[in-house]
Amino acid sequence: MENGLDTMFQVSSNPHVRAKDTTSRIMLYVVIALLPATVFGVFNFGFHALLLVIVTVLTTVFAEYIYGRCMKKNITVMDFSAVVTGLLLALNLPPDAPLWIGVIGGAFAIIVVKMLFGGLGQNFMNPALGARCFLLISFTSIMTNFDCDAYTGATPLAAIKAGEGVNVLDMVIGRTAGTIGETSMIAILVGAAFLLVMKVIDLRVPASYLISFILFILLFSGRGLDAEYLVSQLAGGGLMLGAFFMATDYVTRPITAKGQYVFGVFLGIMTGIFRLFGPSAEGVSYAIILGNLLVPLIENFTKPAAFGKKKIRKETSKNE
Amino acid sequence: MAKLTFGGGVHPYDGKELSKDKPMKTIIPTGEMVYPLSQHIGAPAVPIVKKGDRVLAGQKIADAGGFVSAPVYATVSGTVKNIEQRRVVTGDMVNSIIVDNDGLLEEVTYTPHEPDKLDKKEIIKLIQEAGIVGMGGAGFPTHVKLSPKEPEKIEYVIANCAECEPYLTSDYRRMIEEPEKLVEGLKIILRLFDNAQGILAVEDNKPDCVKILTDLTRNEPKISVVALKTKYPQGAERQIIYAATGREINSSMLPADAGCVVNNVDTIVAVYHAVKEGKPLMNRIVTVTGDAVNDPRNFYVRIGMNYKDLIDEAGGLKCTPEKIVSGGPMMGFALFDLNVPTTKTASALLCLTKDEVSALAPTPCINCGRCVEACPSRLVPTKLAVLSEHHDEESFVANDGMECVECGCCSYVCPAKRHLTQSIKSMRKNVLGKKKKA
Repeated sequence: MENGLDTMFQVSSNPHVRAKDTTSRIMLYVVIALLPATVFGVFNFGFHALLLVIVTVLTTVFAEYIYGRCMKKNITVMDFSAVVTGLLLALNLPPDAPLWIGVIGGAFAIIVVKMLFGGLGQNFMNPALGARCFLLISFTSIMTNFDCDAYTGATPLAAIKAGEGVNVLDMVIGRTAGTIGETSMIAILVGAAFLLVMKVIDLRVPASYLISFILFILLFSGRGLDAEYLVSQLAGGGLMLGAFFMATDYVTRPITAKGQYVFGVFLGIMTGIFRLFGPSAEGVSYAIILGNLLVPLIENFTKPAAFGKKKIRKETSKNE
Repeated sequence: MAKLTFGGGVHPYDGKELSKDKPMKTIIPTGEMVYPLSQHIGAPAVPIVKKGDRVLAGQKIADAGGFVSAPVYATVSGTVKNIEQRRVVTGDMVNSIIVDNDGLLEEVTYTPHEPDKLDKKEIIKLIQEAGIVGMGGAGFPTHVKLSPKEPEKIEYVIANCAECEPYLTSDYRRMIEEPEKLVEGLKIILRLFDNAQGILAVEDNKPDCVKILTDLTRNEPKISVVALKTKYPQGAERQIIYAATGREINSSMLPADAGCVVNNVDTIVAVYHAVKEGKPLMNRIVTVTGDAVNDPRNFYVRIGMNYKDLIDEAGGLKCTPEKIVSGGPMMGFALFDLNVPTTKTASALLCLTKDEVSALAPTPCINCGRCVEACPSRLVPTKLAVLSEHHDEESFVANDGMECVECGCCSYVCPAKRHLTQSIKSMRKNVLGKKKKA
């Protein structure tokens, strides 16, 4: 007992307590938050949509498991991040897309976009969005065909672009053509509210994204202050899903507070440009991916001044 | 009015209810007492007794080893058994004077003073001679703090009554039981600075202390009481200066550069004892607490007592704890062995049934940014930790890694359970070590 060797206590560096949240719990919250949009999508589009969601999620989880096995790495599927990726990707697919689209997209998202770059936390691009854009380029006709049993014809955004009228109430509720999870603004906002309450996300990115997008539309759409048009732009396409669930992806948005505002404003402007002046009615996915690529740059510019160093920095720059 | 506070910080479980309502209990030590010669920042003290000497409680046994140093006093009567290397809370072996306690507690006679009749030099001399160091944990010799280059430029003397570390209630008990000593001590310190106001800065989870201190200082025009938002690390020196005065200092500045002097509750009470009663620093309050302790409470402890005896006084252990921490859970030192002495800076002994750190393995960083939100120094801890793991000293310094105060907030909030503080600390130690050598 003199040297205490019979009772050795655990030794580690401070601090000796930890907050309760874990990575897997956060990911689980995101999955829960995506459920309203998923459930609405399944009811809206029917059984095939459900199958597509299940197949895509199974693919992403399986792909991560197999990759870990083959590369003799730790199996990380228990952190639920693959489920989030699969679910997000599925919600971004047209409801009548063949199941193999989900398989190819899911595998691409996990293996190419996520694991090849080092796995969780290392990917520079949102895996679900990376896969969606890959699918859009490779299988354009499938990915842009929103005809299904429930709806025929163009998505509301395409209709607006073509100069046709749309039913704004239907768009807010989600009774329109579109990808499985993007149509219902209400369902997405319910999920987003849950994430905000659980403090998984904050409003920095979504708010600066949406506000700058609105301003851009007001300035450049040539429609002036047309409320109906504005709401249909907000509710249409992937904007809500993108702003609350994909632009807020931790890994691929800037870590600094200031950087998050810059990132959000950049996304708002890019989405506006793509939607108003691009060939397609959509623009959210490409805007976010483009933003993802700029994150290291934005982080560098927006590094906060350390406590007590603000004044000093200013003084030295004055001297220069 | 918005509550006084700083940016960042965390709200861990505070555990103060375990011990906050138990009055201080005095412990009569028995057996061997150990007095490490280095219980402070600066040069170690130099022993002035030798093996076999009889010493009395209150007798100086080691002299300061320089200006930035502090003498050490015996706290019991007995014979010097040896001067040898002993382990201290940090895990280091430190040269220590071992006194065999004869149980008589014979004391030297102290000369009380009338603080109003002393001049500034005499007051600082008394504080220096009493061996007072920052008792909040840092252990910086107090007389050095109280001797800034331009004392007339000090505008605020802040009494750090925040006690933001979870579980700790020693300052709280002091404020409840002996608030007048705190106020008197602050008045003595204020005598050193002609242009200074005294601020008693208390976290608002202690409204009773705010009230007691406000009542006591009603007729003191130079002293005010402020309530700070309850948040860790509200009591960190730079944070409390900011909360109380709105001034910011960085790692290359001293509080005096912002016109401030900050002292902890127990330190100010020690100043009172030293100046008014002529007593050297011999005692401190230690909170013995945690879910593994039978009777968590606060003890009035003679410095030099063994930690094991403290736990016995607290009713012993319910079960074998996984972790024992000297100090609070956010910044304290984990002990692998209880056989270490109480020192001037030991504010608590925390026995935890479960160790949350070893229970959770680190997983990859998901860039969530919680460490950035929590960092009171406005750093990007996850980035600094990576730079530290890559041994990239240059980038670490360029990214203000040396501004870290090692408060532990980043590791606390990390959902991936990464050891951010640890990585940053080890790099800081490297850089500081090299600076010292150069």
